[in-house]
Amino acid sequence: MAEALLEVNRLKKYFPIKAGLLNRTVGQVKAVDDVSIAIRPGETFGLVGESGSGKSTAGRTAIRLTEKTGGEVKFKGVDLHTLGAEELRKLRPKMQLIFQDPYSSLNPRVRIGDAIGEALLDHGLAPKDEVRDRVLDVLASCGLSAYHIDRFPHEFSGGQRQRIGIARALVLNPELIIADEPVSALDVSIQAQIINLFRKLQETRGLTYLFISHDLSVVEHLCSHIGVMYLGSLVETGSRDALFREPLHPYTKALLSAVPIPIPKLKRERIVLSGDIPNPANPPSGCKFHTRCPFAVARCKEEVPAFRNVGGDRFVACHLV
Amino acid sequence: MSTITGGVAESEVAPAKRPLARSSLWRLAARKLLKNKLALAGLFVVVFMFALCFIGPLFSPYTDNKIHMALMNKAPNLKHWLGTDALGRDVLTRVMQAGRISLTVGLASMVLSVFLGSLLGAIAGYYRGIADQVIMRIADLLMTIPSLPLLFILGALLSEWKVPTDYRMYIVMLMLSFVSWPGLARMVRGEVLSLREREFMQAATVLGLRDRRKLFKHLLPNLVPLLIVIASLNVGGAILSESVLSFFGLGVMPPTPTWGNMIDSANNLIDFQQRPWLWIPPGFSIFATVIAINIFGDGLRDVLDPKPKK
Repeated sequence: MAEALLEVNRLKKYFPIKAGLLNRTVGQVKAVDDVSIAIRPGETFGLVGESGSGKSTAGRTAIRLTEKTGGEVKFKGVDLHTLGAEELRKLRPKMQLIFQDPYSSLNPRVRIGDAIGEALLDHGLAPKDEVRDRVLDVLASCGLSAYHIDRFPHEFSGGQRQRIGIARALVLNPELIIADEPVSALDVSIQAQIINLFRKLQETRGLTYLFISHDLSVVEHLCSHIGVMYLGSLVETGSRDALFREPLHPYTKALLSAVPIPIPKLKRERIVLSGDIPNPANPPSGCKFHTRCPFAVARCKEEVPAFRNVGGDRFVACHLV
Repeated sequence: MSTITGGVAESEVAPAKRPLARSSLWRLAARKLLKNKLALAGLFVVVFMFALCFIGPLFSPYTDNKIHMALMNKAPNLKHWLGTDALGRDVLTRVMQAGRISLTVGLASMVLSVFLGSLLGAIAGYYRGIADQVIMRIADLLMTIPSLPLLFILGALLSEWKVPTDYRMYIVMLMLSFVSWPGLARMVRGEVLSLREREFMQAATVLGLRDRRKLFKHLLPNLVPLLIVIASLNVGGAILSESVLSFFGLGVMPPTPTWGNMIDSANNLIDFQQRPWLWIPPGFSIFATVIAINIFGDGLRDVLDPKPKK
């Protein structure tokens, strides 16, 4: 087994809840609680879960856009959260983030060419007179035209802006790209274009992705490995094929049964979960999923299930498996 | 993308730079400003007042403090368009000279307070923590003291210490900036706080941009519209405060004329009732300039604030 490019070990990110006159911390939102992921070079790891399950926070904490509360993150064997500011900055080009919202992730006052090229200058990756050529190259490989280089963000559509966001990350020749719901703000036809672009770039450049999404069909299409998150914790991980063929955790089963299939006559068993995702500031005892789990037994209420290996590279956190 | 060059083959090497494709955000704003008639009128009045005050005296046959006893308190006539004052000085020339002082004081104190306020506000908002606490508590403290009484006390102290008249203008500038920076710093801090959480600032962090570039290429340009608006409104306020101070004899001292002390010297019943040419011109100058600057500032806000959309 090749060494992991990104290794996340028991990562925790708690947000304090402050209240009262003295702004005291009265509680914590455990946005990410004990998440462990290993991504090997060339893989695409899909992180799925409902809104508020902590997938984005996990991704952002993993590249230290936010500071962690506990655990460790190793990128190529280097512990990111112990690096000094300047060392971290120098490592940044190797791991890039693509944002969910293509509208707010581009500075409205910076021309596209500058937005893509400026990081090259700051990292000394290209001499000044070559920057424009590099930008033109990367624009072309992201399906944008050369004349876009002098335009401002407001002159582009959502899909084009997302391509710009991808180009901005790509120009640095990163090894890891964390894509934080990169297509959820786009309409379906554009989603397909962007996803195919991700795919093409992986084939031509051998990129490694951490792909965060709530859209299972997108994840199935793109990812080689999948992790399912619920309320800040991973409940199941495994290779795409194994996980889609035989989901083990009740939550995964419910999620998969909710994926629409384009065959109207096909009847299948649908597991409908009752209620909403519980308040992360006050998560249920024992297994966090027991309040909505159709198979829950008494033990689930009291005992936190271990995230254990159940053969191959599959891990599940459930008492019943 | 048709080429107008017709038969000439497009060069493969140089991707032709099209000047037409390069839109500028400033040009866009200027175009919007041209459509705002009220703001344009404000701008026109401001420019007119500046021209009048800084160029006008060059064409005047009189100087602002040449005393002429034979010409005391003459009503407006062909030789003295706005009449003369109690010492026979030409009122029009004095209004123009006074405008130089008033506008300079307004502009200079604006520059200083915008500089102070935006620098301190930006530091507080960007670095947060201790710097934020210290700067904003000082600002809060200054804002709890009503500025006018504070200025009065400072002005009275200046008179008590017999500060030479020539220096008073500069000290008045400093005083005005001193009382107006806290409000400014608070506004800038708020804007910086919201800007630094925007996703493009996070993107700049992920890209590993240097702090210098993050501040000057990403944060500051987004702050400029706010600063322009604040600055323009601040000039109006500073001119007004200076006039108030001078009216009470605590700002710039006669014989150096300012709009405020010109009104003050007409501050008696006879002048008020029988010699309106002594106080209407400086009063109207203050009124017109301040209102025009405020209207123009409001227009600028409308033009610059909304994010450019097609």
